[in-house]
Amino acid sequence: MTQELTAARAAQTSIPGPAASSEEAGSHAVRLEGLVPAERASVSRDEGLMLYRDMTLGRRFEDKCAEMYYRGKMFGFVHLYNGQEAVSTGVIRAMRLQHDWFCSTYRDHVHALSCGVPAREVMSELFGKATGCSKGRGGSMHLFSREHHLLGGYAFIGEGIPVALGAAFTSRYKRDALGQADSDAVTAAFFGDGTCNIGQFYECLNMASLWKLPILFVVENNRWAIGMDHNRATSEPEIWRKAAGFGMVGEEVDGMDVLAVRAAAQRAIERARAGDGPTLLECLTYRFRGHSLADPDELREAAEKEFWAKRDPIKQLALRLTDMGLATAEELKAIEKEIDAEVADCVEFALAAPEPDGSELTRYIWAED
Amino acid sequence: MAETLLFNALREAIDEEMARDPHVCVMGEDVGHYGGSYKVTKDLCEKYGELRVLDTPIAENSFTGMAVGAAMTGLRPIVEGMNMGFLLLAFNQISNNMGMLRYTSGGNYTIPAVVRGPGGVGRQLGAEHSQRLEAYFHAVPGIKIVAVSTPTNAKGLMKAAIRDNNPVLFFEHVLLYNLSEDIPEGDYICALDQAEVVREGKDVTMLTYSRMRHHCLKAVEQLEQEGVDVELIDLISLKPFDMETIARSIRKTHKVVVVEECMKTGGIGAELIALITEHCFDDLDARPLRLSSQDIPTPYNGNLENLTIIQPHQIVAAALDLKAGRR
Ligand SMILES: Cc1ncc(C[n+]2csc(CCOP(=O)(O)OP(=O)(O)O)c2C)c(N)n1
Ligand SMILES: [Mg+2]
Repeated sequence: MTQELTAARAAQTSIPGPAASSEEAGSHAVRLEGLVPAERASVSRDEGLMLYRDMTLGRRFEDKCAEMYYRGKMFGFVHLYNGQEAVSTGVIRAMRLQHDWFCSTYRDHVHALSCGVPAREVMSELFGKATGCSKGRGGSMHLFSREHHLLGGYAFIGEGIPVALGAAFTSRYKRDALGQADSDAVTAAFFGDGTCNIGQFYECLNMASLWKLPILFVVENNRWAIGMDHNRATSEPEIWRKAAGFGMVGEEVDGMDVLAVRAAAQRAIERARAGDGPTLLECLTYRFRGHSLADPDELREAAEKEFWAKRDPIKQLALRLTDMGLATAEELKAIEKEIDAEVADCVEFALAAPEPDGSELTRYIWAED
Repeated sequence: MAETLLFNALREAIDEEMARDPHVCVMGEDVGHYGGSYKVTKDLCEKYGELRVLDTPIAENSFTGMAVGAAMTGLRPIVEGMNMGFLLLAFNQISNNMGMLRYTSGGNYTIPAVVRGPGGVGRQLGAEHSQRLEAYFHAVPGIKIVAVSTPTNAKGLMKAAIRDNNPVLFFEHVLLYNLSEDIPEGDYICALDQAEVVREGKDVTMLTYSRMRHHCLKAVEQLEQEGVDVELIDLISLKPFDMETIARSIRKTHKVVVVEECMKTGGIGAELIALITEHCFDDLDARPLRLSSQDIPTPYNGNLENLTIIQPHQIVAAALDLKAGRR
């Protein structure tokens, strides 16, 4: 990393306040600071506001989840997405909803929202209600919506990646074996840094590249796998570099900058749709909360948390939109108010929603029922 | 009419279903150019192309998961386990995703997939290649499990499995691929959930599946001479069991013996006898018998291997004892 680059980068970030030095904030921060300034997607006013709305919904929805969890309205392991919104919004909102396919992990609430699953259905699912997107059978880690092409939330590390690969295979199969020339759906598979050490990740990179499948492997590198530091878990911490071994395009991007993520996603989507195969997209990001709501989050350094909090992706987008004259602070406030109302509404809806019918306990095991 | 070998019966079934429905595809190791390690997909790649008969890298967990994703998005994949034992590497995908996903998703997705391949104890293949995974997979919710035993039922069941909208684990047996017989012509389909009454009899109900059907048939021949009239039932469906057919038989004979190739502990017979005890207790005149393989890794040595799995003479002895009230 050169002095010039750091200076260029600091000049670009217009968030006020003293920046924690990246040395103190740890290796992940050093890496972020060292990124070559990314080309950002240019957006219209409508697009900019759409991104802002989506990210704000993700954030406020998760904050509400924490509240509801502590009030005893939801149970089990609940993994919040705060801090990583630029990835979900940057990738999914660059894709075609209800046409492309999306695959998530246990940290799936916000991916589901970005896919267009109504907040009411997601919150209902977290409350275990019949109106949930998985009919109360799935819970926080298993959100599904066929209607919104959400292939699911997968709770075991890595197991969603092959499923996503299958969806990408179907796109190619429809085009080349069934002769549907317009079959151009792209699949995005989301997973974490820790997941890049499991076999299925490598097996699927291999097959995706081998068969030129239309898929984006989106790594949300937030440095931590529960309490395992990424640098202690992997021999090559720069995950995007692993793509080269598979003859695949790899790219790293500032995962706190939604416009940078969007630009990288657009490039990858274009390649995939054109039949040029998969991309491994490593987004450098950070989770603002513990691994799950059961995690006291005592391991991570305060300086690190501070560094990343200063790069809050939603605040960055807000500044960028106002700087570019695409929106006023008042307009953004108005959006936040709307979102708060939507979140309040989804909670109200979910609280009042019926429990699943006990007489239907065994329903949905078989295709016929 | 020429007889059909079992592996060809399977091949015909797959061929016919691929011709009938372009969404049906095959994936697995060496299924394409090589034609399958037991030739079940011979020449299909040439006929249908490399995408529909997809040679995969050796990555069981991932290509099985890929089949799940393909099935969720509209295809009807048939996954070949080069040997069913290798699917231990795909246990996660078969259990978590093939089996549980429809339920967990609240009915959002269906997974019309078949996972097939050779299982069972062959001839001195060693412990790892002699596994009976039907027992390991038995507890997984949401999957159907069938075991074929003749060219006829192989064909009819394969076609049914491909058309079924649920995931089906389809067990073939390494030693049965070269069985041959006349098989019905035309669009022959068997019910996936129905046991086959192989021989009617009134003295003892004998429940078996896969290769052990043929050991039982040998035993039955001898038992006929000894005056024991066996009702031999091939379970076909290992999950769910066809309890109707089984209970009907026990109401007639009041005696039952299960003959299986899997190990005794946690085996198919363990669950079956538990169900029989629950459903047919009052109809039984003797405690149910269970003839299973030893609870050991299958040894390589031929004699030891024979001692590990049940042999026809043991079946004869058990049935004689049952009839005579000695056990
Ligand atoms: C196969 C498997 N092993 C272990 C776990 C427990 N586990 C849940 S999340 C997690 C860490 C994953 O970290 P990462 O991939 O970086 O994703 P993140 O949680 O940071 O989003 C572990 C070990 C699991 N869910 N699945
Ligand atoms: Mg992580």
